Amino acid sequence: MTLVHLGWVDLGVAAALVVLLAALATWSRLEVSRPLLISAARMVIQLALVGLVLETLFAYAALYWVSLMALVMLLLAGREVVARQRRRLAGWWSFGISTGAMFISSFAVTVFALTALVQAVPWYEPRYAIPLLGMLLGNTMNGVALSQDRLIEGAWQQRDIIEARLMLGQGWQEAVGSVSRESMRSGMIPMINGMAAAGVVSLPGMMTGQILAGSPPAEAVKYQILIFLLITVGSGFGTLLANRLVARRLFDERERLRVDRLVEMQSR
Amino acid sequence: MKACLIIENLDCGSVRDVNLTLAVGECVSLAGASGSGKTRLLRAIADLDVHFGTIHLDGKDRRCFIPAQWRRRVVMVPAESHWWDDTVGVHLNGSPDMDLEALGFGPEVRGWFVRRLSSGERQRLALARAAALEPAVMMLDEPTANLDAEATERVERWLAERRHRNGTAILWVTHNAAQAARVAQRGYRITASTLQQAFP
Repeated sequence: MTLVHLGWVDLGVAAALVVLLAALATWSRLEVSRPLLISAARMVIQLALVGLVLETLFAYAALYWVSLMALVMLLLAGREVVARQRRRLAGWWSFGISTGAMFISSFAVTVFALTALVQAVPWYEPRYAIPLLGMLLGNTMNGVALSQDRLIEGAWQQRDIIEARLMLGQGWQEAVGSVSRESMRSGMIPMINGMAAAGVVSLPGMMTGQILAGSPPAEAVKYQILIFLLITVGSGFGTLLANRLVARRLFDERERLRVDRLVEMQSR
Repeated sequence: MKACLIIENLDCGSVRDVNLTLAVGECVSLAGASGSGKTRLLRAIADLDVHFGTIHLDGKDRRCFIPAQWRRRVVMVPAESHWWDDTVGVHLNGSPDMDLEALGFGPEVRGWFVRRLSSGERQRLALARAAALEPAVMMLDEPTANLDAEATERVERWLAERRHRNGTAILWVTHNAAQAARVAQRGYRITASTLQQAFP
């Protein structure tokens, strides 16, 4: 079976449909046309560039190039987490904690999967390493961003209650406990729901891609299961770790709630 | 009288150089225009805000206490109380029925819903909740602001009993000069960012 090639005309038709959607949105005064078109354009440019980068990377499969690519992906993910928050920790704390948690969880799981499970030669073979890391980082980023946003927003809204608990002699972990648990849960729920609906409601993107590219479905399914499990582990640990560190940073060494360590972002 | 809480050279927000000693079982009143920093001062003593200066309780430096332990010994009851559970009882785990009765509640209050409480009921229950920790010092931010005359008298009587029976020291913020004279042995006032003795 050969791969059916997509022509530029095919992409152009799909793009025209997006423009049509934007026009309809303008006509309905939804005020989403601009961000819709900008995001679509960004997506096209980013993917085109990454296609070029990957072609080059696959041609020179050296460890330092793969590492450099991984580092760039990590830093962009950290930046994205910061950008998604309404309120965040002041200074480099938000970026630092998010990036650190994603680094520890995503990189550990990716390296483990590459060396122990996939066992490509060499282990950092970019054809496996980069897509795997990309999927892990993308999902971990979602979990970290969502749970951190909920935690900080919850602590801000319930600051009087948290302080009331401190005044009654509760430790910081107990005082922020319910907010922190709620935010961890909201960070992990998309992933749990995603697994529950997989294959029944939605066909996961990677598996679909492999089938479109001509892989036997049974083989594609095995890869997808592996990816799902790894994503769950990676994003779950990353979310828990980031949440923990942010919660600690909300209090100082005398366990005072320090809302002065938060800054409000302008909505984008 | 034996000193209980000793505050030395405390700077918090706009209020500077506070020196204050509370003896065991003593009640000291604190007055001052709104915005003069009374609440900030209480928050600093409870170690909820960043500040400078030293505080000792029973001869022991505050830094020797873990923060939660300090706040159980030196408990602050803010002007507006906050509750984290729907039912009153969850917050009143350690409160004996005796305290609730002295404040005008029967044991059935434990089953009440917090959002159904009036502001006066909340205020009295917040006092019971704090007293259940058996603190050495209670800092009360206008504890009778929402109470009628009868409930005010109940609270004053109950707190005086606690002072005599348990030796609890009380720092009582009130705008009411008559109340200050009634409940406190010494009175202070914050004027121009400093703490000054008002009476005796």
